[in-house]
Amino acid sequence: MHDQFNIAGLEIKSRFLLGTGKFPSNEVMRAAIEASRAHIVTAALRRIDLDSEEENILDHIPEGLIMMTNTSGARDAGEAVRIARLSRAMGAGNWIKIEVITDNKHLLPDNAETIKASAILAAEGFIVMPYFNPDLADARRLRDAGAASLMPLGAPIGTNKGLCTKELIKILVAELDLPVIVDAGIGRPSQAAEAMELGAAAVLVNTAVATAQDPAGMAAAFALAVEAGRRAYLAGPGAVSETARASSPLTGFLG
Amino acid sequence: MSFYEVISRYRDTGLDGLSGRVSEDDISRALSKEAPGEADFLALLSARAAGRLEALAVKANERGLRNFGRVIQLYAPLYLGNFCENECVYCGFRRSGRMPRRKLAPGEVEDEAKALSRSGIRDVLMLTGESRAETPPAYLKACAELLKKYFASVSVEVYPLGLEEYSGLVASGADGLAIYQETYDEDLYRELHPAGPKRDYRWRLDAPERGCLAGMRRVNVGALLGLSDFRREIFLTGLHAAYLRDNFPGVEVSVSLPRIRPQEGGFSPRAEVSDKDFVQAMLALRLFLPRAGISVSTREGGAFRKDLIGLGVTRMSAGSRTGVGGYAAPEITRGQFSVEDKSGIEEVKTLIRARGYQPVMKDWT
Repeated sequence: MHDQFNIAGLEIKSRFLLGTGKFPSNEVMRAAIEASRAHIVTAALRRIDLDSEEENILDHIPEGLIMMTNTSGARDAGEAVRIARLSRAMGAGNWIKIEVITDNKHLLPDNAETIKASAILAAEGFIVMPYFNPDLADARRLRDAGAASLMPLGAPIGTNKGLCTKELIKILVAELDLPVIVDAGIGRPSQAAEAMELGAAAVLVNTAVATAQDPAGMAAAFALAVEAGRRAYLAGPGAVSETARASSPLTGFLG
Repeated sequence: MSFYEVISRYRDTGLDGLSGRVSEDDISRALSKEAPGEADFLALLSARAAGRLEALAVKANERGLRNFGRVIQLYAPLYLGNFCENECVYCGFRRSGRMPRRKLAPGEVEDEAKALSRSGIRDVLMLTGESRAETPPAYLKACAELLKKYFASVSVEVYPLGLEEYSGLVASGADGLAIYQETYDEDLYRELHPAGPKRDYRWRLDAPERGCLAGMRRVNVGALLGLSDFRREIFLTGLHAAYLRDNFPGVEVSVSLPRIRPQEGGFSPRAEVSDKDFVQAMLALRLFLPRAGISVSTREGGAFRKDLIGLGVTRMSAGSRTGVGGYAAPEITRGQFSVEDKSGIEEVKTLIRARGYQPVMKDWT
């Protein structure tokens, strides 16, 4: 059976999304993107410099991928909207990851501003991918605002701590029909696999790949882990029992 | 609310005494914590911790990678004018210093901006001396507006302004503020700044807060190393940055460690800060403030700057001219300090790449 993954009606060929920040060079980044076999990559508009020949990060993203700009640096809905519009005006397309951060100590997203920006940008025809704290009520608000997916954090950006928000993500997966893409905090392939086993539609990773000793090698490892986790989810893992099961039932005599 | 209240707590306590009582266990504990507190910061800065620099470096490297990746942001200073009413005893621009004085006319600012942006720089720091008569806030606003046409990010390093004046600069396109207290020691501050508006310690100390309130995206603080005990100054620099971070969570707070250089007037550092001291200071700051940017200017030599990559630095200036003008036309004034790293922008990029890091020119829109 073909395991199709759609966002906004478009088939996405990989459930592993890659961020482009923090790499030691554009060449290493390109190699990691290729090794990841990602179909969607994200880059911060703040880093895109169309006027520079050597610096333009877009020149180092392989052809045929979906470039999802992100609004990194936005401190409120207004700034996120401005960045998204600028991105589209620059020809970077309709895909926008909304990232509004008002706390630089923990780099946690601001859900209220994210919801506001999502509503405005979805109405303008953007494919809105909001990064947010996994809260069920806010997830519903994002859905109602027109989000194309939900991107809850697993742990604060860059911490590599894994699925600290596991229980909340499980609830989002169970309660909403939108694809849930775990974004931020995934530090190891095993954690990515775990997110997929829970039923996440996809995983987005950046720091763990970009800062690995061998980013391309780590990207390939993540791709395999995401695939493995997805297959496990589809295969339906056996239930975990709280108690031991006696091979001869103790209450068998009751017939 | 003011950082002055925080600093007052430490004013009369012997910080040196506290640092002297640090044990090896205190240092180990500080190293093992994800969020080191003030006491841990002091332990990391202590003379005893100077014997454990490698352990500090390993931790700082890991912390820096997670938060900033293998990336160094480049910027360049642009000196708009060197008129000054102050008498800072250590500074080449001081009022009584006999040097040609000038400021750039708007057309010259534009020429400098064009030349600098052609070199690939997208992040500019505009500087002046302290002269409200010659380089008033209206002039600064006009310059910020001009520069914003050529650069993604415009920061200011000028005399302390009032809240509304900072708001005016933000409205004109400035997004970053750098202002250094020089020394956090109020008595020494008075001694080193004998005349001019800069004598007002408190007005300067509170300037970063006014900048945050005015909507600056990035605020950079620091002390001029070499004026007094570096451990004390770095400790208070760290507390200042932490105070701003905690009170203005939307602002990106960063720190600098400008180390005094020989200048016109021949001021010699009063307290030597060795390369080893400098490195310890940077490592301790990186561990205490894992999310803070750390800037290193061309006051430091090229070889040393290269070695600092991976130890906490996130921003470096490149190809700097520290006289008024100098990018479009040759400098006709002497610089504020002598540039140690005389490498051009391309050379700085090459040395960053040689350390396995990516030089980034643009990081704002």
